Amino acid sequence: MEVFAGWDMPVEYSGLAVEHMAVRTRAGLFDVSHMGQVELAGKDALAAVQHMTSNDAGKLKIGQAQYSGLTTPAGTFVDDLLVYRFATDHFLFVVNASNVGKDFAWITEQAKPFGDVSAVNTSARYALIALQGPAACDVLQTLTDVDLGAIAYYWFAHGEVAGVRVTISRTGYTGERGFEIFTPPQSAVRVWDAVLQAGRSADVVPAGLGARDTLRLEAAMRLYGNDIDDTTTVLEADLEWIVGWDKGEFTGRAVLADQKARGLSRRIVGFEMVDRAIARHGYDVYLDGAKAGTVTSGTQTPFMKKAIGMAYLPVARTEPGTEFEVDVRGRRAKARVVPLPFYKRPKG
Amino acid sequence: MYPQTYKYTNDHEWIDLATGRMGVTDYAQKQLGDIVFLELPEVGKTVKKGEQMGSVESVKAVSEIFAPVSGTIAEVNAGLAEKPESINLDAHGSWMVAITPADPAEAQELLDAAQYAELTK
Repeated sequence: MEVFAGWDMPVEYSGLAVEHMAVRTRAGLFDVSHMGQVELAGKDALAAVQHMTSNDAGKLKIGQAQYSGLTTPAGTFVDDLLVYRFATDHFLFVVNASNVGKDFAWITEQAKPFGDVSAVNTSARYALIALQGPAACDVLQTLTDVDLGAIAYYWFAHGEVAGVRVTISRTGYTGERGFEIFTPPQSAVRVWDAVLQAGRSADVVPAGLGARDTLRLEAAMRLYGNDIDDTTTVLEADLEWIVGWDKGEFTGRAVLADQKARGLSRRIVGFEMVDRAIARHGYDVYLDGAKAGTVTSGTQTPFMKKAIGMAYLPVARTEPGTEFEVDVRGRRAKARVVPLPFYKRPKG
Repeated sequence: MYPQTYKYTNDHEWIDLATGRMGVTDYAQKQLGDIVFLELPEVGKTVKKGEQMGSVESVKAVSEIFAPVSGTIAEVNAGLAEKPESINLDAHGSWMVAITPADPAEAQELLDAAQYAELTK
């Protein structure tokens, strides 16, 4: 167990690699109740959401979700988040646990000019359980009348799981198909136990924070505090797909538009190690012998069995195949830029 | 659990004084989790007791290997470096290097199996 953002969290249950492999080949069950929730409601809620986030929330239908950035005026991240449209005038943000306080203050401030909208920190109202992996749909279907096959990627539905009123979202942080289940905290254990029980024959295992990190890194999903923060812009993080250029004004837009017009000076890349070594978060990166940045995330992946990572490099040196060095505890180890994501789940 | 014929250190290493072979304990492998890399010293290197002489790396963390006694590296288990995950299966059978001790008196400072078991309680 480890304290994470004030939560006592399991790093691993049966073992990080075992749990990682279970998610890639069967399914793993994660307790991600630490994630924060902020809800915005009111006639002007959409306008407020459009103002404070980078993606175009106007494109969201009721029942749909999107990945987005809560941006600073500099086009950097206050946080990254999922935006759910619960109703025409009702949105739910899912934010990082370590940022809930900061985010809520920021959101409240950003919403102020917008008349009829109120923001509420509803983090305590939800426990969040994620079932991720190729077997997730079949296992969860035994516990609910909701037609899970009809929920498209990044859509959600309300219904019951194991007799508990929940919201089921086809989202996740593993690069695998799966669901995240919002439950009232008092019913979370019941849902957790029911899913594990239902998953017994498919060999579904509980999975911890450790596997969550290696899985998301294989899928090249950014981690706030490592790969993105309030010093990295949305474009530098290579997330232009969450910039809703067509929607008009939003916080940070001017800086991002300027950056796009002039060209970036640095951008995040994926890399794999050429030399035998693991590059970890915070290790220095060297280009032509000169320090050029730091590793933002790095690990040895149990599934691909490679040492991989992400780092910011000068744009001229971000082409796949470019070689650079990482200072691994005093030793310079060679690494090579590769395309992201590292892992893409098989279609079907 | 911990072989009686071995001696142990506070850094969670074992050494078999009969052969000079050393490794990390079962307790250490459990703490580390899935071991994926092993960095070992070269044969002939002289080490001082407590000095860092290599590292063992799991998916989640890197941990240093310290010399349990002073001496000279007599042998390196290259096979283990190729298959470091073996340590998770059999830590007490997975020797990393063999050290020829320089000062037999140092052995007196090591823990026996019972003392080590107590330490990890």
